[in-house]
Amino acid sequence: MEEVVLLGFWTSPYVMRVKIALLEKGVEFEYKEEKDIFEDENKSELLLKSNPIHKKVPTLIHNGRPICESLIILEYIDEVWKQQKQLFSHDPYHRAKARFLIDLFDNKVGDCGRRMWASKGEDQEAAKREFVEFLKLLENELGDKPYFAGDYFGLLDIALIPITCRFYTYETLGKFSVENECPRFMAWVRRCNQRESVSKTLPDPFKVFDFVLEIKKRFSIE
Amino acid sequence: MAENNGEIKLFGVLGSPFVRRVQIALKLKGVEYTYVEEDLKNKSDLLLKYNPVHKKVPVLVHNGKPLAESLVILEYIDETWGNHPLLPQQPYERALARFWSRFIDDKCLPAISKAAWNVEKEEREKGIEESSEAIQFLENELKHKFFGGENIGFVDIVAGFLAFWLPVIEEASGFTLLSSEKFPKLHKWSEEFINHPVVKENLPPRERLLGFFKARHASITASK
Repeated sequence: MEEVVLLGFWTSPYVMRVKIALLEKGVEFEYKEEKDIFEDENKSELLLKSNPIHKKVPTLIHNGRPICESLIILEYIDEVWKQQKQLFSHDPYHRAKARFLIDLFDNKVGDCGRRMWASKGEDQEAAKREFVEFLKLLENELGDKPYFAGDYFGLLDIALIPITCRFYTYETLGKFSVENECPRFMAWVRRCNQRESVSKTLPDPFKVFDFVLEIKKRFSIE
Repeated sequence: MAENNGEIKLFGVLGSPFVRRVQIALKLKGVEYTYVEEDLKNKSDLLLKYNPVHKKVPVLVHNGKPLAESLVILEYIDETWGNHPLLPQQPYERALARFWSRFIDDKCLPAISKAAWNVEKEEREKGIEESSEAIQFLENELKHKFFGGENIGFVDIVAGFLAFWLPVIEEASGFTLLSSEKFPKLHKWSEEFINHPVVKENLPPRERLLGFFKARHASITASK
């Protein structure tokens, strides 16, 4: 009997990646929502025990053994449940490109995403420009293909789709429209949302927006 | 073997630990390649074409297809050439190897950089504390001769910075981090690592590296 537990928090796009992957593979799992991921003292004992170094979500616990960091978890899921459809391309070059882009995305969007909702004026404008530039890079990568890997919904799609639930927040606070800037990217977003694994996992963008406003208040971010 | 590998080019600089990772991996797998030394103050058009996003080395070009970022390149090498596997076979052990590799790059190296190169003395002291904490995790993790077991593996290659570059930085900057008293296992590991036959012939000349770091240290302390 396999025991798969996922520790997460509903607003984390990194957690959403793992949920989508598990759903795509048809793996049964138990999801445990953390009360609060912003202060260590509010984190669950299980999380602190399973991920003592980073204390972060997502953390996957498979038959009692923890795996941390979303990309590492995705690769693990693809390797363990390999009899189900492959999420990652078989081709080493495509795999390398996907790893590179996911890493770049995590660094870029981690930074400019936050600046779009947390800062103002020139810094916010700069963050918007960097964000749009990055989406255009992704559009080029996508080209005419339905998904990043080609005709199947794969690892790179899974890694990139979750952040889109924050687009309403970025657009509202940053006063711009992703559809206007990157229509091909938005077409891909709509295509992915037709998949049950995605529509079941991504939270309501309005709820995400409300949450961001709460966080701004909580940490006095004007 | 050479006929099946295609054309392999590696863009690098002499002193970079990230470039050396790739060279060690290629050497362990017996893969021949052409090396191109870059001048980072005057980057070649080819480098800028192959790595437009980061404009950094190492860049590996295999049959005209470029790859950047040392960890990405290492995984590519391991997947393309199956002999002398660098990552373990089992998914859980592979996940752990990837975890520790990222830990080294995301936590250890930035802390060491802060300890050595931050212009503020207070920040350097904080860096030493943070580095020490980070390295302690690695010390606890090391259970065999190498992180890869009896032979060097993925994590050893990534951790090479600690074995060779860190002691040189310590000497140039006048602080000690990786002492044999505090970190006996890592200290022994670093000796085994730099004396490994393949690693030994893929390290930069120590004196030159020392000169480079001494100059850097001088400019940091002079500016305050």
